Amino acid sequence: MRGLAGRHERRWAAAILGAFGLLALLPVAVRRDDVLNVVFLILLSITLAESWNIVAGYAGQVNLGHAAFFGLGALVARTLWIGGTPIAVALAAGAAIATLFALLIGVAAFRLRGAYFAIGTLALGEILRTTINNALPEISTLPAPTIATYRLTHRYYLALALAAVSVLAVAALAGSRLGLGMRAIREDEEAAEASGVGALRLKLTALALSTGLAGLAGGLFAFYHISYYPSHPFSPHWTFDALLMTFIGGVGTLHGPVLGAVLYVMLKEYVALRWVDFHLLIFGALFIAIVLLLPGGLVQAAERVRRLVRR
Amino acid sequence: MSVLAQQLLLGLLIGGLYGLAAAGLSLVFGVLKVLDVAHGELIMLGGYMAFFVVAVFGLDPFVSLLVVIPLSLLLGVALYWGLFGFVVRADEETRVKNSLLIGFGLALALHALAVRLWTADERSIITPYGGSVISVGELSIPVVRLVSLAVAFALIGGLHLLLARWRWGKAIRATAEDWQAALLTGIDVRRAYLLAFAIGTGLAGAAGTLVTIGYSVSPSIGLEWTLKALIVVVLAGLGSMIGTFVGGLLLGVAEAASAAAFGGPYREVVGLVIFVVVLVVRPRGLFGR
Repeated sequence: MRGLAGRHERRWAAAILGAFGLLALLPVAVRRDDVLNVVFLILLSITLAESWNIVAGYAGQVNLGHAAFFGLGALVARTLWIGGTPIAVALAAGAAIATLFALLIGVAAFRLRGAYFAIGTLALGEILRTTINNALPEISTLPAPTIATYRLTHRYYLALALAAVSVLAVAALAGSRLGLGMRAIREDEEAAEASGVGALRLKLTALALSTGLAGLAGGLFAFYHISYYPSHPFSPHWTFDALLMTFIGGVGTLHGPVLGAVLYVMLKEYVALRWVDFHLLIFGALFIAIVLLLPGGLVQAAERVRRLVRR
Repeated sequence: MSVLAQQLLLGLLIGGLYGLAAAGLSLVFGVLKVLDVAHGELIMLGGYMAFFVVAVFGLDPFVSLLVVIPLSLLLGVALYWGLFGFVVRADEETRVKNSLLIGFGLALALHALAVRLWTADERSIITPYGGSVISVGELSIPVVRLVSLAVAFALIGGLHLLLARWRWGKAIRATAEDWQAALLTGIDVRRAYLLAFAIGTGLAGAAGTLVTIGYSVSPSIGLEWTLKALIVVVLAGLGSMIGTFVGGLLLGVAEAASAAAFGGPYREVVGLVIFVVVLVVRPRGLFGR
């Protein structure tokens, strides 16, 4: 059973990484910034969705404060990078701080179960957002020399690399003993504890991995955007986006969040271009329709179709 | 000293609205076990209903509740039939997940709709007695907000009686406690869900009306009120409407005290910190059963 799951996931990982390989040629083939920007957004979304998927999909904890870690990664990376630190070091520092903060609050937050964990983490995220909003009300803009040498392709390749890292991380987790333990917690925490799975330790591991990736994604955002308010990456809509993409695709699977991110970003961009004035209204309605029609996400819908065809 | 007392008093007055906003959410969460993150948007819609009822019919704003609450009840029935009725068919874990998804979609759509229909401007209901205050010693109590607090308390008390005495109120409480056992004793659980959701939406409409009278309404107030209501629901714990109301008052006073101590910008932060501490120390909430 475990070997089968691993093989299934390895195949998907190979397919996704193959697609990423083709995307690496995109800046050479297409010299249009708008196309690169949309693909960048998809890649950033894949990283964010996969990172959220680790805690929600594998360990079964719906974290509604995910934006806090994305925001922390962005804040730390941006500050260090503008201060002259190489971007790789700045990204790593951002991820480290996000993870550290997650471990600090994780011990307390994991005392909460189910919907209470969701609400508690939502509140934690809002605490951080409000504080940052009050402490750093000024917009953050890159210095003029940096803007003069700004290259979109650098950001694009970094996004591609991070998306690949997040897919590899989840694939490795899915096939490992660690991932198996997390799934046991997701299915039944008491039963998992009774069979010798250290639930708190595994949940903290999942949170650390998840928030580390979210911190990296935040750093990428800080590296990409020329100017934004420091509280913007802390906004709850980053959490909601990650949640929506993961659930639309299929939570707890390797390829679900990737498919969800692609569909979500494309749909949102298309609706925004097609119906400028009503786009949020239509997007919201479409989105509800998707949830009602495909309650288990794209992955489950595809499985159902496959079963029908086979019969 | 009197400045502090005045601030605490104002905190108490807005706390009543937190309690009312939370009561509807608590009912929906406790009975249907769904997390309706569009609750703040329902409050916002109630606020606009009140605004237009007052503007068109020239009613007294507090009388407009008699129109807004039934309209909100109907809205609740429609939303249950159209959306949330599908969610409660799933098992409990999927319910929370799917209701979050539908709630976000609904919040997004309602917010966009409100901006389209009524622009993003802030609106509030102006009354002839809007500026009047009652002076008690050095304190001055705004009449409108005092009446709002009384109305909120009356509504919560009414709800409490309804849940305690009415046949369907008991059915709702039984369903909240254990829906399978309720089903076995012959209670129409689906009907109890529908009623609880409709009443929850009706309370949101009432809260929206009072918000628009005492403060102001705009399409973007939804998230803030959802968050406040969620905080109070968890702070107070499930199972007692009076407890939820007291939880709302506590949050209002705590916010006012922290605003006085650390300055206005940090009022939300301290309220949220208190919330997280309570949640960690007492995961069932202050008055939870």
